[in-house]
Amino acid sequence: MTANQLALWYLAASVLFILALKGLSHPESARRGNLFGMVGMAIAVLVTLATTQRVELILVAILIGGAIGAVVARRVEMTQMPELVAAMHSLVGMAAVLIAIAVVNNPAAFGLPDPIPTGNKLELFIGTFVGAITFSGSVIAFGKLAGLGKKFRLFSSAPVVFKGQHLLNLAIGLAMIAFGVIFFMASREAQWPPFIVMTALAFVLGVLIIIPIGGADMPVVISMLNSYSGWAAAGIGFSLNNPMLIIAGSLVGSSGAILSYIMCRAMNRSFFSVILGGFGGAEGAVAAGTEQKTVKSGSAEDVAFLLANAESVIIIPGYGLAVARAQHAVKEMAQKLIAKGVNVRYAIHPVAGRMPGHMNVLLAEAEVPYDQVFEMEDINSEFGTTDIAFVLGANDVVNPLAEEKGSPIYGMPILEAHKARTVLVNKRSMAAGYAGLDNPLFYMDRTMMVFGDAKKVVEDIVKAIE
Amino acid sequence: MSGAIDPTVVNLTVFVLAIFVGYHVVWGVTPALHTPLMSVTNAISSVIMVGAILAAGPRDIDAGSVIGAVAVGLVAINTFGGFLVTKRMLEMFKKKEPKGGGKG
Repeated sequence: MTANQLALWYLAASVLFILALKGLSHPESARRGNLFGMVGMAIAVLVTLATTQRVELILVAILIGGAIGAVVARRVEMTQMPELVAAMHSLVGMAAVLIAIAVVNNPAAFGLPDPIPTGNKLELFIGTFVGAITFSGSVIAFGKLAGLGKKFRLFSSAPVVFKGQHLLNLAIGLAMIAFGVIFFMASREAQWPPFIVMTALAFVLGVLIIIPIGGADMPVVISMLNSYSGWAAAGIGFSLNNPMLIIAGSLVGSSGAILSYIMCRAMNRSFFSVILGGFGGAEGAVAAGTEQKTVKSGSAEDVAFLLANAESVIIIPGYGLAVARAQHAVKEMAQKLIAKGVNVRYAIHPVAGRMPGHMNVLLAEAEVPYDQVFEMEDINSEFGTTDIAFVLGANDVVNPLAEEKGSPIYGMPILEAHKARTVLVNKRSMAAGYAGLDNPLFYMDRTMMVFGDAKKVVEDIVKAIE
Repeated sequence: MSGAIDPTVVNLTVFVLAIFVGYHVVWGVTPALHTPLMSVTNAISSVIMVGAILAAGPRDIDAGSVIGAVAVGLVAINTFGGFLVTKRMLEMFKKKEPKGGGKG
């Protein structure tokens, strides 16, 4: 195969990758999009394979890795998607570092002149440190998401902060760049030591930038690392003069960046305040000033009666619902209500899960039809004309304090559950959410609380609706 | 002005244009599918495997080709895992039969 033919195949693969993302604009076209992605990847891998002389070695490696990947994809629970995605980001990051090492070792294998031209060296340096940061950062994110904090303090979901943290990060970052410059200037013989030091510093930096970020900000972190893994791939593409890698990497990089932005906006947090960390540590702390206020609470039977006699119900699921594994019970409840002629819809806040779009997947898994599921912007205007808003395991995302000037979450977009004629709230206890704030919604006259585990409560409601 | 265009400049052109394409395509993705978007972009970023294959490619096996083979294996987890888990998720978003149908 000539270099031109190879490049044309790569072009075809690049177009297929773009179509793969384009397909995701609607659930109906998404599966075809995914297929385009697979075909693109197959083309990219096969034509590259055809240019090498060690096909069997590479095929064995692909088979081993592919088998592991296939098993993981089949077995993973949908609630564990954030962990899986974090783990996969780390693999891309590690691969970028390994490829960079191989390039420094033998540029000729990649069709590059030896010694490596300075332009490619600069790009190699960028690809390497972004890859290394992606790797170690993703490992920490994985640990935090998988709840390994009890065993290793580094993985604590509470932010790990210490004095001088940002200065230390800055110093390490500058040192890393300095060694990169030394690597950039070094002769072929002297390039290994600065390269190794630079990579090691990048690994350390990856750990340090993720540990101060708390559990509540995880959706941003995952999106950000998604973006980094793309930039790492693009960086490697630059150093190998491979446009397909650059295109695929840029697609992934911009996708992750946009998702980070969407998540930040949904939490009303600036990207920099998330990165600087220290937020989300006071999880479960009860806010001050709760002494005198009383809440109305009812039983599952009361809730069932209200729901069955309503005309319209909007269900607001939060991550608490997923933790209690109550999605299937909720869907059963919704079905019974629909059979009684109740208009049932679901309202999803962008940060309802632990990663962008997570709650939609969890509901889809429970076989909730996606045309009953609405995004915040589409359903907020409907609460005013709705009989019942039923909040299940959500808290901060329905906190009306967000509309009051001077409150810590002022400006955060919320689901306007408080506008419904009646508000039902299921919670395990009166503990505050991630933001550590009390929620006035719970104390309204029109609100009835039903305490208990979401799954148990919803199952009781299902039994009581007859 | 004279001389050939440096490959880096060509790369930069591709890079900038690809970011524009990515920006517009990704804003078109429905928020309900943001998790599959993330898993499929993950799978797509494993196209970095092309680099790993080249590293593992030379006839003479040395440290570089072993590292390359390891990288191929690691990224293959991502490629297969990413696309297959996306497929699994997207199957869940299929339109359900009105009644009685569903899963057997």
